[in-house]
Amino acid sequence: MGSYVLKRVFHGALLAFAVSVLTFALLELAPGSYFDELRANPNISAETITLLKTRYGLDKPLPMRYERWLESAIHGDFGVSLAYNTSVRALLLPRAKNTILLTGLATFVAWVIAIPLGIWSSTRRSTWRGHIVEAAASSLLVIPEMILALACLWIAVRTHMFPVGGMTSAQFSELDQWARFKDLASHLVVPITVLALGMLPVLIRHVRSSMAEALSSPFVRAARAHGIPGRWVLIQYALPVAANPLISLFGFSLAGLLSASMLVEVVIGWPGIGPLLLESVLARDVYVVIGAVMLSSLLVIFGNFVADLLLRAADPRIRTGVS
Amino acid sequence: MRKQSQVRIAVYTLIAAHAVILLGDFVAPYPYAVQNRDYSFVGPTRIHLIDRQGRFHVRPFIYGLRYRSPEDMEEGEQIFPIRFLILGSEYKLAGFLPARTHLFGVDEPARIFLLGTDQYGRDQLSRLLRGGQISLLAGFVATALSIGIGLLFGIIAGYYGRLPDEALMRLTEVFMVLPWLYLLLAVKGFLPLNLGPIRSFLLVTVVIGLVGWARPARLIRGIVLSAKERNYVIAARGFGASDLYIFRRHILPQTMTVLLTQATLLVTTYSLSEMTLSFLGLGISEPVPSWGNMLASLQQYHVLTSYWWMFAPAFPAILIFWGYYTVANSLQESGQ
Repeated sequence: MGSYVLKRVFHGALLAFAVSVLTFALLELAPGSYFDELRANPNISAETITLLKTRYGLDKPLPMRYERWLESAIHGDFGVSLAYNTSVRALLLPRAKNTILLTGLATFVAWVIAIPLGIWSSTRRSTWRGHIVEAAASSLLVIPEMILALACLWIAVRTHMFPVGGMTSAQFSELDQWARFKDLASHLVVPITVLALGMLPVLIRHVRSSMAEALSSPFVRAARAHGIPGRWVLIQYALPVAANPLISLFGFSLAGLLSASMLVEVVIGWPGIGPLLLESVLARDVYVVIGAVMLSSLLVIFGNFVADLLLRAADPRIRTGVS
Repeated sequence: MRKQSQVRIAVYTLIAAHAVILLGDFVAPYPYAVQNRDYSFVGPTRIHLIDRQGRFHVRPFIYGLRYRSPEDMEEGEQIFPIRFLILGSEYKLAGFLPARTHLFGVDEPARIFLLGTDQYGRDQLSRLLRGGQISLLAGFVATALSIGIGLLFGIIAGYYGRLPDEALMRLTEVFMVLPWLYLLLAVKGFLPLNLGPIRSFLLVTVVIGLVGWARPARLIRGIVLSAKERNYVIAARGFGASDLYIFRRHILPQTMTVLLTQATLLVTTYSLSEMTLSFLGLGISEPVPSWGNMLASLQQYHVLTSYWWMFAPAFPAILIFWGYYTVANSLQESGQ
């Protein structure tokens, strides 16, 4: 187990390195740069731009720039934002917290709904209730996220039930602890609904299909024939067998914690990584963009890693290499 | 049986929707970029059969709008019958046939806006149809591109094995770790923004197609790996068949089902990618419409609350995506 973990960590580090080289090369070699806008501004002289470029080390050749960036990344700073003149970490970290608060809760809600609903509907596939769940999941699947977000926003605005826009109300700093919590919670309702509705259909379909597959296998029939009660068969016999694809899916959920809510954040105005990334892309603030892409990639690598470890722990076939 | 009829409905829906969108310039009463500044955010035009005097008209008609102020439009007195196959502005049918006949329209000076107008008084229906052409074409071109690259690399990796396989698979891992929406935004953002509509469209589709090649490549590699061990492939090689011949006759046909399934899924994914980019202001630029940049105006609070017809692109998008998903599902099931 120890050597396996070590091997995976090494592999993950290598992958992260490759991702960073690719992202860096793609963005640094692209023709656009932060200074294009500055150059168009008549109030900024060419000397100032040259000075700025030297200060940020942007006049050096690509490999040296990468070396500088890598050094800064290893220290945890991920370079400097050209527009804000602070380290990328100082810019990204509070935003990442907001994003993870949102996506973490949404992912939790989606799983808590999807697992029981998927199991329940897997036993009732040919009844009208099962068909309703299936139809609901399929119709949610085909609604693009931006439309879902706009529709939820529209409903929230029309009913005045929940505040939309931002993370807190304007008078947030004057509120006491409990009122702050309530304020934050009410702002979370709309984005969480959108995100959870977007995640649900995929989760439900996977839970249902892997459960149905497990339920149709001979050992389940044998367990039933031995008179083991139906619910017990479901939880104790079928669920562990159906767990593997779900564990992989859980890895995906972890991996998407930073990037899944991009569109929703922009539409709702949630102060997460999404709006910052969009703003930085438009301003061509290259190190912030690289930082966001890297952070999110690291999370993907981490999610896959966790899923693999869980799979090994859950399934002796993978652990021993016998199929 | 139920499933089968569902797939049949999906296929018919797709054919009908694509036909309407392909012939969009004929169906659309106006060119997509024509502005009517007096008609900003006008709701869908009402079609009547019975006039105010209670008389019944065989031919459906509309009342001309009387302009009072930007916020205040009301139906005037004058009746304008809806005419079919009316002569209007020139266009090129399906991109090449010059024509002037439109499916329907009304006489000047009245305007007919079946789905209302946007901020600049442009006809939503006409923009919807052109936007569909753009968004779906982006999906098709990007799909062709990424399936093409995936096929090439997948075959090389699967067939030649060893070093090329190892190198290509590591590269796909890198691409699959990158969050695609972030990557898409980033790459598109650092390319020149001020391009003509055609070049910006090409750029968007190429970026989308290039970012997504990894998954099809891995799938195709797997199929090639199992296909090249088949006895008839080994036999063909024993007879001295060239690699190219083996690809064409024995390996390519094996990949067809998977390719088709992938393609149906990717068309929706990539159309959606285009919509997302345009929605965020990094895709197709004004005045050319796409379903994404048409929906983008809903990000403004007053548009969202007051002008529900701006949601119009959502309906064809959902319908078409449903069609593709249903077809892809049934292809997947038949493949197994």
